[in-house]
Amino acid sequence: MLKLPIYLDNNSTTPMDPRVLEAMTPYFLEHYGNAASRNHPFGWQAEEAVDYAREQIAKLIGADPKEIIFTSGATEGDNLGIKGVYEMYASKGNHIITATTEHKAVLDTCKHIEKTGGEVTYLQVKPDGLIDLKELEAAIRPTTILIAIMYANNEIGTVQPIREISAIAKKHGVLLFTDAVQAVGKVPVDVNKDGIDLMAFTAHKMYGPKGVGALYVRRKNPRVKVTAQMDGGGHERGMRSGTLNVPGIVGFGKACELCMQDMEADTKRISKLRDKLETELMKLEEAYINGSTEHRLPHVTNISFKHVEGEGLLMGFNKNIALSSGSACTSASLEPSYVLKALGLGDDLAHSSLRFGLGRFTDEEQIDYTVKAISETVIKLRDMSPLWEMYKEGIDLSKIEWAAH
Amino acid sequence: MAYSEKVIDHYQNPKNVGTLDKNSKNVGTGLVGAPECGDVMRLQIEVDDATGMITDAKFKTFGCGSAIASSSLATEWLKGKSIDEALTVDNMDFVEELNLPPVKIHCSVLAEDAIKSAINDYRVKNGMDSIKFEESVVH
Repeated sequence: MLKLPIYLDNNSTTPMDPRVLEAMTPYFLEHYGNAASRNHPFGWQAEEAVDYAREQIAKLIGADPKEIIFTSGATEGDNLGIKGVYEMYASKGNHIITATTEHKAVLDTCKHIEKTGGEVTYLQVKPDGLIDLKELEAAIRPTTILIAIMYANNEIGTVQPIREISAIAKKHGVLLFTDAVQAVGKVPVDVNKDGIDLMAFTAHKMYGPKGVGALYVRRKNPRVKVTAQMDGGGHERGMRSGTLNVPGIVGFGKACELCMQDMEADTKRISKLRDKLETELMKLEEAYINGSTEHRLPHVTNISFKHVEGEGLLMGFNKNIALSSGSACTSASLEPSYVLKALGLGDDLAHSSLRFGLGRFTDEEQIDYTVKAISETVIKLRDMSPLWEMYKEGIDLSKIEWAAH
Repeated sequence: MAYSEKVIDHYQNPKNVGTLDKNSKNVGTGLVGAPECGDVMRLQIEVDDATGMITDAKFKTFGCGSAIASSSLATEWLKGKSIDEALTVDNMDFVEELNLPPVKIHCSVLAEDAIKSAINDYRVKNGMDSIKFEESVVH
């Protein structure tokens, strides 16, 4: 039986896998020791659990366990990775290259760095959401110390050519940081094959708990160091002080193990559902897919339904389907999604977009329900839309002088 | 974001959705907002020449639930009012009736602008001067 509401906002966060919760529970109630307590069994158990989780996590991304620095999540990982490199390598230069479609945790970190005297180049993306590799290479200066480009985008799912990017970084002796929150656990990420020097990711986007993440910091070829951003007990090899979130870390480890084990089957099943959703919704007139369909995460699609406004659209079914929109009205800022605008979409199309993030627990019945509910709402709202009426009358909307208000 | 019940009701059962003949002398059309801003309202009134009463009102709106509810409510209020009465409708009336949160006040402003714009269109068509309104400063 179909259970409502349906959750299709997995890019925002994923539900926890019950197997993850099961692994975590003893670390709240029985093995509650501090992993830094060296002198009693409680501490030893906690440390052992953390070490094991570190191995599970490292294995998923092809890293050495010593290269995993636990954080509170990806925002902290982004801050620590970028600011940490900026401060540690200050004698080599002060220039960072990133892109306009990065997550706010990266963009705002870069803006902060600019305020403290750093220089940042924000690369534009092509209409499919990918960066231009020639532009990237051309942006490198003698003072460039870091390239920060995300693995996959949170709004449109576009996967950047990370291997080509790392080859360019390597050629010029520049470090590569990537925010891989949306990619790790969903697609094969291998820090060595991909040539990544630093990488932020988080448990709650891969069926693990909220409040725990990791920063991968390369130890060999080259050995990378970051300046700690919090002072304290010198945990995590001095890079991130603070008592480790043992149950969270245990859950993170389990989540990684499950992703590794289920990735192939999950991807096959979920991408089939995504394709069905997309194909059915694209049968509506004037529907457009945003971002590359070729280089894209298997569980994501982002579609604009022209002449209907995103928030109005969501209201037609948001009691029963959890989705997000690039519309301004769903945010406090009244500005539509900067990611969609960076693709060159007009504000009108950005206002009309829906983001679908499928997941491990999405099934076909849910997709069928969603297709029906969205199609009906789009048609209903277009009947109510003056823009749709004008479009149907053949009026060129771009030629109208709209009264700004 | 939690909507008030009244907004939800107007969204689910909008009143007076439709189109009047914009070329008719008795019809005033107001088209306000812009696609780039995420809301466009078209409000139309049909006026009885002899009495100056608004006999019919229709709307079509591209926008969020609050924008749709504001325009639906506007058509309900306008029907049966005289042009002069219609001019007294204030955006805060919408805010109060629909319990709009601060972030949605611009929807009410848009509805007020749509009413004024429709009235002016009707006036100009019938040889009257268009009324100058103080600009509403939102956005």
